[in-house]
Amino acid sequence: MRITLNNREEIIEADQLTIDELIKYKNFTFRLLVTKINGKLIKKENRKNAIIKDGDNVAVLHMISGG
Amino acid sequence: MKFEEIKDKLKSKTVGIAGCGGLGSNCAVALARVRVGNLLIVDFDVIEESNLNRQYYFYDQIGEKKSAALKDNIKKINPEVNVIAFDKKLDSKSILEIFKDCDVIVEAFDKAEMKHMIIETVLENFPDKAIVSGIGMAGWGDNSSIKTIQHNNLYICGDQKTEASEENPPLAPRVGIVANMQANIVLEILLK
Repeated sequence: MRITLNNREEIIEADQLTIDELIKYKNFTFRLLVTKINGKLIKKENRKNAIIKDGDNVAVLHMISGG
Repeated sequence: MKFEEIKDKLKSKTVGIAGCGGLGSNCAVALARVRVGNLLIVDFDVIEESNLNRQYYFYDQIGEKKSAALKDNIKKINPEVNVIAFDKKLDSKSILEIFKDCDVIVEAFDKAEMKHMIIETVLENFPDKAIVSGIGMAGWGDNSSIKTIQHNNLYICGDQKTEASEENPPLAPRVGIVANMQANIVLEILLK
């Protein structure tokens, strides 16, 4: 499927994935994430159920300290 | 647009600034200089000497509460700005109370956990409100890595990669760049 991940087009070798599966697929190892599908916030506890489909706009944003 | 028109548009606007450290103090000063009408500034902390490498405070303010000292500094720059200072540690409940009438919220915390908390709180509860966050600004140099990305109402300014630590401290130039980028996005939103 083709999705937009963090404002970039990506081809993912799967028909659909949960957010948790996408994080694993991309080898993201960040500790603190904000995740969204099509603009909707997906909290940590829902990442195992939230399905990403072809054409979706996904954001996986990691938080780091400093300010 | 002439500066008089800009000031006229901005005078009725309210910006909430969560944290008065390196990001919050510099962002608030930039917004005060262009005369954003109302600034709600929130921090529970006290100024320490180590803060002066990047935060908009003075040597003789060491030991003062950041929220009150920032209000004093803003008033010296532009007494027309209405500043409400809260000496408070924000949590998801107080964010909803204090920032409910803001046009834009600036995330200006230092800790990743707090950034996470306010972004999730705002996205979940204020879906139509813009939040402008600062993520990744430690160290020095590498100007071209600092940018702004947008995901709906969430804007992130910074390089999104350099985490502050003992070995890679946040310093005035890069923190100031990101704080002013946040202020610049706030203006873009308010003047739309």
